[in-house]
Amino acid sequence: MIGIVSYGTYIPRFRIKVEEIARIWGENPEAIKNSLGVFEKSVPDLDEDTATMAVEAGREALQRSNIPPEKIGAIFVGSESHPYAVKPTATIVGEALGVGNYYYCADLEFACKAGTAGMQFCYAMVRSGMIEYGMSIGSDTAQSKPGDALEYTAGAGACAIIIGKDPIAEIEATVSYTSDTPDFWRRDLQPYPSHGGRFTGAPAYFRHVVSAAKKLMEICGYSEKDFDYAVFHQPNAKFPQRVAGILGFGEEKIADGMLVRAIGNTYSAASLLGLAGILDVAKPDQRILLVSFGSGAGSDAFAIRVTEKILSYPRNTKVWEKVKNRVYLDYALYLKHKRMIK
Amino acid sequence: MVPLFWRKIKYRYDVVGSYCEKCGSYYYPKRELCPKCRRKGKLRDERFPDEGRVLSYTIVNGKIIAMIGLNNGARTLAEVCAEKVEIGTRVKKVFRRYGEDGDEGIIYYGTKFVPVC
Ligand SMILES: [Zn+2]
Repeated sequence: MIGIVSYGTYIPRFRIKVEEIARIWGENPEAIKNSLGVFEKSVPDLDEDTATMAVEAGREALQRSNIPPEKIGAIFVGSESHPYAVKPTATIVGEALGVGNYYYCADLEFACKAGTAGMQFCYAMVRSGMIEYGMSIGSDTAQSKPGDALEYTAGAGACAIIIGKDPIAEIEATVSYTSDTPDFWRRDLQPYPSHGGRFTGAPAYFRHVVSAAKKLMEICGYSEKDFDYAVFHQPNAKFPQRVAGILGFGEEKIADGMLVRAIGNTYSAASLLGLAGILDVAKPDQRILLVSFGSGAGSDAFAIRVTEKILSYPRNTKVWEKVKNRVYLDYALYLKHKRMIK
Repeated sequence: MVPLFWRKIKYRYDVVGSYCEKCGSYYYPKRELCPKCRRKGKLRDERFPDEGRVLSYTIVNGKIIAMIGLNNGARTLAEVCAEKVEIGTRVKKVFRRYGEDGDEGIIYYGTKFVPVC
């Protein structure tokens, strides 16, 4: 049985409220909160970036599992905000975690789904016997142009997943749905991403998430009734709510994973942090549907069954508790934290 | 600057210091020689505890620089990322940026501390 043997999460302490961003641009905060379902977002500290958050999440995952660091045979870091254009984030993480030097390692980039892609790599490597344990981390400090609609949601956070045998949550099956869809992109050397506006909805997010989820259910012979929880990529709160409705999941099955309302869209970390929110409360034999989405575009779907091992696994500090530890910034300090002013 | 930093990575990325097998003293940063036992000492690298307490602190350029007593008795000077600290505040290690060589150079990472809440 192969699956998730441990997980760790990291959310920076700082927040900015939708009201504060709307105040600067003269927009109506209530209208924005209603249309996005997001109230505030996480902001990194001045000395935090994708690598530092990945290390913190990775350390928590190692600590909770008691796996000796040198048994981690592979590290993948998925992000669209790697600190270097050329030089891997994952080597910095491996060094800080003390895994030694004999490990498979790469940075992954597939917009917001590179963290789940890394989970699939680790799953395959464990299953083939190449490694005993593999770690996949989704970590992002999402960039947004001041004044762009993305500014209300582009958050920061990280989640590390260790894959191995004898798991707290078995990966029963995983499948991907991929197509060439230009819904969101960032050209080389450009500081901020561009997006196709309304084009990001139906042909991108909804088509990929629904297709991957349906294929997974077809392969496993499951229907939505077989899942106790579902978590979807969350660029805002409305998209995952709508896709849950399309697939037949009620609000109660997604609520524990909806971190986006409180921390915004954490890109590569978003669906994984949502999964952590669910694993924090899930009971043995409950089943979770996880579907990520990365622009460009693709979705990775997983059927995950919680095992008895979760009962003896230390789940504190829970991710929703971490959300409550926060300090609010005004817009000027926010720009400083995002290194837009020095 | 790059090679100098590279050699120190192991000791900066995590709190790895020296332990003297002869007298049981801990040192951070790492030492080549035990100041108590001199040549008779036997030092080895050891990963130090994640937590400690603020023994004293000062503010330099708006940053809190503190002498931290780690839970094994070793002392280290490090930045504490917080709005304020007090003597006795419990702190734990975090991985943060130290700085960078302009827009084109390398990024330096290392250990800092935050209050335990
Ligand atoms: Zn000695």
